[in-house]
Amino acid sequence: MYVGKKVTRVDAYDKVLGRTKYTDDLCDKGAYVARVLHAAIANGRVKSFDLSAAERIPGVVKIFTCFDLKEKHYFPTAGHPWSTDESHQDVADRLVLTERVRFYGDDIAAVVAEDEVAAAQALRAIKVEYEEYPFVLDVHEAMKEGAPQLHEDYPNNILKHTTIRKGDYEKAIQEPGLIKVEGWYQTPTVQHCHIENFICYAEGTGDRLKIVTSTQIPHIVRRVVGQALGLPWGKIQVIKPYIGGGFGNKQDVLYEPLCAWLSLQLGGHLVKLDVPREETFVSTRVRHAIHSHIISWVRPDGTFAARKLEAFSDQGAYASHGHSICAKGAGAFPQLYPCDNVEVDAYTVFTNKSVAGAMRGYGIPQAMWAVECHTEEVAARLGMDPIEFRRKNLMPVGYTDPFSKNELYSDTFRQCMDKGMEAIDYRRKYEAYQHQTGDVRRGVGMAVFWYNTAVWPISLETSSCRMVLNQDGSLQVQVGETEIGQGADTAFSQMAADVVGVPMDKIHVVSCQDTDVTPFGTGAYASRQTYTAGFSIRQTGMLLKERILKYAQELTRMPPYNLDVVDGKIVRITDGRELMTLEQLATEALYSLTNSQHITAESTAQIKSNAYSFGCTFAEVEVDIPMCKVKLLDIVNVHDAGTIVNPALAEAQVHGGMSMGIGYGLSEKLLYDEKTGRPLNDNLLDYKLSTFMDHPRLRGYFVENPEPTSAFGTKALGEPPACSVAPAIRNAVYQATGVFLNDAPVNPHNLFRRFREEHLI
Amino acid sequence: MSNQYKLVRCTINGKQVEKMVDVRASLTDMLRDDYRLTSVKKGCEVGECGACNVLINGESFNSCIYLAVWADGKEILTLEGLAGPNGELSDIQQAFIDEAAVQCGFCTPGFIMSATELLQAGREFSDDEIRKRMSGHLCRCTGYENIFRAVKKTMLRRLGKNKEADAV
Amino acid sequence: MYDIKALYEAQSVPHAIELLLEHPNAQIIAGGSDVLVQIREGKRAGCELVSIYGLDELRGVRYEEDGAIRIGSLTSFSHITRDPIIQEKINVLGQAVDQVGGPQIRNIGTIGGNTCNGVTSADSASTLFAWDAVIELTGPEGVRRVPIQDFYIKAGKVDLRPGEIQTGILIPKVAYEGYQGHYIKYAMRNAMDIATTGCSVNVKLSPDKAVMEDVRIAYGVAGPIPMRSATAEGRAKGRPTTAEEIKAFAQTVLEDINPRDSWRAAKEFRQHIAVVMAERALRESIRLAGGVIHE
Repeated sequence: MYVGKKVTRVDAYDKVLGRTKYTDDLCDKGAYVARVLHAAIANGRVKSFDLSAAERIPGVVKIFTCFDLKEKHYFPTAGHPWSTDESHQDVADRLVLTERVRFYGDDIAAVVAEDEVAAAQALRAIKVEYEEYPFVLDVHEAMKEGAPQLHEDYPNNILKHTTIRKGDYEKAIQEPGLIKVEGWYQTPTVQHCHIENFICYAEGTGDRLKIVTSTQIPHIVRRVVGQALGLPWGKIQVIKPYIGGGFGNKQDVLYEPLCAWLSLQLGGHLVKLDVPREETFVSTRVRHAIHSHIISWVRPDGTFAARKLEAFSDQGAYASHGHSICAKGAGAFPQLYPCDNVEVDAYTVFTNKSVAGAMRGYGIPQAMWAVECHTEEVAARLGMDPIEFRRKNLMPVGYTDPFSKNELYSDTFRQCMDKGMEAIDYRRKYEAYQHQTGDVRRGVGMAVFWYNTAVWPISLETSSCRMVLNQDGSLQVQVGETEIGQGADTAFSQMAADVVGVPMDKIHVVSCQDTDVTPFGTGAYASRQTYTAGFSIRQTGMLLKERILKYAQELTRMPPYNLDVVDGKIVRITDGRELMTLEQLATEALYSLTNSQHITAESTAQIKSNAYSFGCTFAEVEVDIPMCKVKLLDIVNVHDAGTIVNPALAEAQVHGGMSMGIGYGLSEKLLYDEKTGRPLNDNLLDYKLSTFMDHPRLRGYFVENPEPTSAFGTKALGEPPACSVAPAIRNAVYQATGVFLNDAPVNPHNLFRRFREEHLI
Repeated sequence: MSNQYKLVRCTINGKQVEKMVDVRASLTDMLRDDYRLTSVKKGCEVGECGACNVLINGESFNSCIYLAVWADGKEILTLEGLAGPNGELSDIQQAFIDEAAVQCGFCTPGFIMSATELLQAGREFSDDEIRKRMSGHLCRCTGYENIFRAVKKTMLRRLGKNKEADAV
Repeated sequence: MYDIKALYEAQSVPHAIELLLEHPNAQIIAGGSDVLVQIREGKRAGCELVSIYGLDELRGVRYEEDGAIRIGSLTSFSHITRDPIIQEKINVLGQAVDQVGGPQIRNIGTIGGNTCNGVTSADSASTLFAWDAVIELTGPEGVRRVPIQDFYIKAGKVDLRPGEIQTGILIPKVAYEGYQGHYIKYAMRNAMDIATTGCSVNVKLSPDKAVMEDVRIAYGVAGPIPMRSATAEGRAKGRPTTAEEIKAFAQTVLEDINPRDSWRAAKEFRQHIAVVMAERALRESIRLAGGVIHE
């Protein structure tokens, strides 16, 4: 059995040799270079361009502006499965180039040149005349009457407002003796910062178009490029090679439509669009900043009488993933700490800022910041131990969500918290850090998180798999779920080896997805890879095995039910005898003069289930009060992700998520100039992604309660590690200083403000 | 304007080479485009991410902000030059595999080259010193933890401290 | 590929001067970690460059005949940190430049480039200000030496005349002998960052270690260019090494510094940390000088 073992990554060897090919490594050097001209105003309209100087620059092939767009095909960009039901389709509000500018960085023209120097010179030489409109950067301002409107169809800039109502909030708060705890919690706009920027290239092939792109979602890219260009979807071939990280940014269709359109305008010439870091920050996608207002009415015994959440999500200028993010966080609210009387109002609001899309955690890091900051305050107000308070109120074992049918099967929260407390020596430290004085103080804190795997029943969940048996008894495995660095190909190899009964080295997962070849699948997102692909790999593997054993019957005269494939051999179950190797069988099958067969299997699994994935973070900090600085001393994440397919890779995933959470909690924030709407820190120097020196040792642990609905007992692990880190750090800072900080990140600027307010400095 | 070229003679991965190079080229451009050494990655082009790191005369440099013409007369080592002639991995490459220090792999070449410089020193560094010497690289996948383990273990093993290495 | 109009590579200092006179619009490039970034940004796109990076004669640290420490302008940060003379006499400079960016930047970045670009945040500059460094410039008229405080004219502008290059930085013997110093870089993360504020302090104690005979303090990012706080220095000179004196010294810096409000940090915040840093850097300097602080 390989599932459950620490198996070496299947792509590690090439990666440490430096020979793994990413998009730019594959692109022919004869490609034209395309660069996008971005708007230098936050709201308005392009009146005209003066291209005369730019067009004279040697090496410039052609400049295309928003006015060259003859047919306007508005398209959606979210990497969601398409819906044939119009009411469930994503908002189609993008054009490859736009005359109507909605944020500083919007795409208004594109230069195609023979080299990057000419392209950059041309960008600087283009003169643009704008008609400027007032702009709005704040969600609350944007919702006011008279605020600048970004999209005609969305009054008050509200993309969507959803509600959840349970019990009777207004009546419940009348109960005598209740304590009201209220707070506003803000999370920052942050960016994914995958080290490989977004890049793609496109060229004509016959009457079709080939696009190679750094994406998580090749099949969705194919559909959206078709929509954006008004082409039949089958005319488009999308290839996804290895990619240098995605984290959700590449779960959006970014510049593939523009690049494809440029190539088409140039007769199918090869065009490469390599987005610089600054533009990746501003003009691809960011994480939604969400401002949350929570009111809890609590009884002195530590139970909730009523709770209310209002969440305001900053969508930026275009819909992209839209309200799904805020809605996911809002959906977690009544579940994590169930209460009989709940009101939730979630708003997603357009502003004249960078477009927000998917990012690791998909609304949950924002929601957990608000909820777990608030929970700490409630416990503090009641004078209760924060762990005990959580234990008393967290989702109980057996809880079932009537909508998703997700169920909490095990005592996960208690198990995870116990493990985390032990790992960080919580009780002892918590006691030791009470009542400190002095400039430098320490604290421990924690937070839990709620997450659910995959997107069923909100959207389609489907996974297709193909297995092809080679002469030597090895097999190619193809799925639509993509390797984006997380180790999916390795997990799939382990699964396939176990199901078919062959050694790992006989499994070749085809890493590169090519929509002409790869079975349909919607890609990497929602931490769904091992869950969804698990179904199709198991189903297809069983199908393949059935065909193998059927062929084995011919060669061995034994009935299939008395045979099995074990470790690459055909074994007679009744006495355990090895009758032949799979290699012998496969070779015979292909070259048989009487019964030649190419043994393959392909199948689609539609998944109509989903699974909770829970856990927690414990953090220990040292706060230098006069310096307004936090040093993270220790941090532990504990996850119940069901069966762990590969402990080494799972732990590595946890580390990465923790790191992203540390940045979210302590340092990262994308800033905009209030006077112009211009992004201020669109580079890796001014945007404070945490470095090697900002981390302590990262520790990830697991509680393994196999998920009963899952093909391999697995459930979400990719995103969850990023969900509870920031509030755990914040709660540790609270224990150290007695100061609640409700605006993430816990950086020196915010600490300075709060320490001043609390007279600590 | 006619482009200006210069003959750049240097040693790349142990081999003497020479080529006429556009003076506007960065060393990243030269290594990637002229020598097809694509382990040298572009992540920011301004020396902030470390993905293009190579060793020049034994010291690590971000090749994106190093003019190709300056490479004249220098010894350059890229990740492609670390493995043996038959693809045998160096100890640090093997450690990156064993410690699951590789995820998307895009920052990996740069990190391994900084680790190579650190290991060349032949002495034991404290945990803080290791972090500092590796701090010129950004990674969004690993949280640096397993990279730290790979570097520290290899350092200790080279110093014959196998027991300490296993305990990292 | 950089948008460079022409590149001229200097083979010697006189050749560099010749090239600069021949191409008056050319920009000097040393390690390039600032110049190349600016070319890519478009600020200096299309420029001509005179590269002095190949001038090995401008690398290294040695003593002058009068005992001054001479740092060749092209000496990289990492080489300064590792240099035995620096480590023995002005270790704080090595420590300061060891906090520039990350290791690769410290291998390419030169102390000459760090001072010639005239920015207030340069990690080397505040320490050089605190140690009364002298800048050596070589040009068509020969060599001239300028105190570092006069070398900086305004943000981004230094006293570099046509045809001149910076060839060395000198720390006079009187400036370093008997002094110990400490540098604190305040940044938002622990690597790959520029200083929110940098503070470099050095102190000379009386033979009995009880009195601060001399104190020098300099800041980066407390004004448009690196600066000293003369009022604070005057306040501390001749005072005993007590906690109270140190606190008073630190408060006094507010009379001189003038940090600005920007999105990188608020003025009020910079002022606050400047005081904390002054106190801590002086305490550490006294400790390094063998003194004891009387609480």
